[in-house]
Amino acid sequence: MRTKKTFGDISWYAGACLIALVTVYPLLWMVATSLKPEKEIFSNSLSLLSKNFSMNNYKDVFDTIPFLRYFINSMVLAVSGVVTNVFLGALAGYSYAKLKFSGRKLSFAILLSSMMIPGIVTMIPQFLVLKYFPLVGGNNIFGQGGRGFINNYAAIILPGAVGAFAVFFMKQFFETLPDDLAEAARVDGCSEFKIFWKIYLPLIKPAAMTLGIMTFQSGWNAFMWPMIVLNSKEMMTIQVGLSTFQYQYNTSYGPLMAGTVIATLPTLLLFVFAQKYYIQGIAFTGSK
Amino acid sequence: MKDKNRIMRKQNLIGRLFVAPPVLLFLIFTLLPMAMAIGLSFTDYDIINAPKFSGLHNFKKMIHDEFFWIALRNTCYYTVLYVPLGLLLSLGTALFLNSERRMVGLFRTLFYLPVLSSSVATATLWFWILNPQLGLLNGILGIFGIDGPAWLYDSKLAMLSIVMMSLWAGFGGNMMIFLSGLKGIPGTYYEAAKVEGAGRLQRFRYITMPSLTKTTFLVSTMLIIGTFQVFDQAFVLTKGGPGNATITLVYYIYNNGFNNLNMGYASAISLVLFLIIVTMTIINQKINKAEI
Repeated sequence: MRTKKTFGDISWYAGACLIALVTVYPLLWMVATSLKPEKEIFSNSLSLLSKNFSMNNYKDVFDTIPFLRYFINSMVLAVSGVVTNVFLGALAGYSYAKLKFSGRKLSFAILLSSMMIPGIVTMIPQFLVLKYFPLVGGNNIFGQGGRGFINNYAAIILPGAVGAFAVFFMKQFFETLPDDLAEAARVDGCSEFKIFWKIYLPLIKPAAMTLGIMTFQSGWNAFMWPMIVLNSKEMMTIQVGLSTFQYQYNTSYGPLMAGTVIATLPTLLLFVFAQKYYIQGIAFTGSK
Repeated sequence: MKDKNRIMRKQNLIGRLFVAPPVLLFLIFTLLPMAMAIGLSFTDYDIINAPKFSGLHNFKKMIHDEFFWIALRNTCYYTVLYVPLGLLLSLGTALFLNSERRMVGLFRTLFYLPVLSSSVATATLWFWILNPQLGLLNGILGIFGIDGPAWLYDSKLAMLSIVMMSLWAGFGGNMMIFLSGLKGIPGTYYEAAKVEGAGRLQRFRYITMPSLTKTTFLVSTMLIIGTFQVFDQAFVLTKGGPGNATITLVYYIYNNGFNNLNMGYASAISLVLFLIIVTMTIINQKINKAEI
């Protein structure tokens, strides 16, 4: 009996190490390539180690393309997305969970149903709406004459300011809190916003963190939509910049891997420092 | 009483104010575009000139458009391979990790790591991994004496390579969802089954599987909706090549809409894609219902 158990353990750990090798080794190899001089990339491509590790490839990326600018663009967009989604999502989620108003059920059902519409269907018209938005980016009142929101941060921030998911997610957490917290404050003449901001919001901080992290990750990693609406050289995001770099310099593997490492670093670091919020987010997705 | 009325009236106003941002954004950036997509499908529109009504022309054109069918076939090929393999891999690893052994948490984290990279970063890394001469994959195959193929440069293997990469990059996320589903099954079920003399396989078939129906449905639905919209990987890795082997429907819509400025035609294809996704989701729902 005992040996059977040990054998089971050994094969489990062997299997686990093997799978971990498949998932982790390519990532280590990516880092190793990014640190190798070009000669070694071609002569000794498979090895994880090198005698001449250097940061030259990283320097190359920033010298060849405006990678720092791309990084900043992505950071601005991802962080704005986090702020607007968490704040506006919490506000609306709180309202759906705790306030009584007409049109509550209907508007929530409509919001929920919008989660079922695949992004690709609305992609082209959304582009047109942004391009012909009246009175912005040189457009006149009929939306003619300028470029509207195209090549402006707003082209990403505005349509994605608060998604149905953020509202739905926050509503679930506010619903777990008791109603009578607000009663006393209301009698004292506290404003509804203050009740939300001072009493309820602090109680769901972990959920807000989870939503923030999920929003950051999807904002940082977004590709197709940013490529369509931010296409001028100085407005590109890091993902779009990396993909054009890959297209133009597709044999400079060293700088290419250095760029990939940089593009992955923020989400990786966030994961390392906030793992428990990740797990919560996934558990929520699974219980929908 | 009067006070209560005042509070109610105020709440009615404030409540609507608080939900106004998502509702307004929905109207401007989902509902309006949805209506526009339907409208544009029946027009000829190149952005420069005003849309011209063209009836069913776009849909007739689609039927005779060789590239539309190639893109549809490629997308189906990707879906047929990726959805079942993705389900098996994420369920398999979740069952594997659903153990009381030490260091399970560490392995869970390590399995999950590839999910954190963006699709572009993953594709760039795999562009290097799949390099025929210097890449990691052919290097490892070489150790076992296998002469690895040209992967991305072979029209028969290019889509398979993209499937392989997507599996590597994506299984961890669904594995986590399955794991949280497995943790939700009460241990007493298994104990009771053990007492009744049910074996390992029986316990899996009659307890684990039925308890995971909801999770399986959720994961498979998300997989299907995602795979029919596959774009990033094909765009970065192969630019649709070689020989159109990796042109997907979304890629074709993108090309038509933003490179050739056939916005009307692109909208018509996106509408067809929408109907395909809805149909597949319903079929998936029926299959999952039948299993209960």
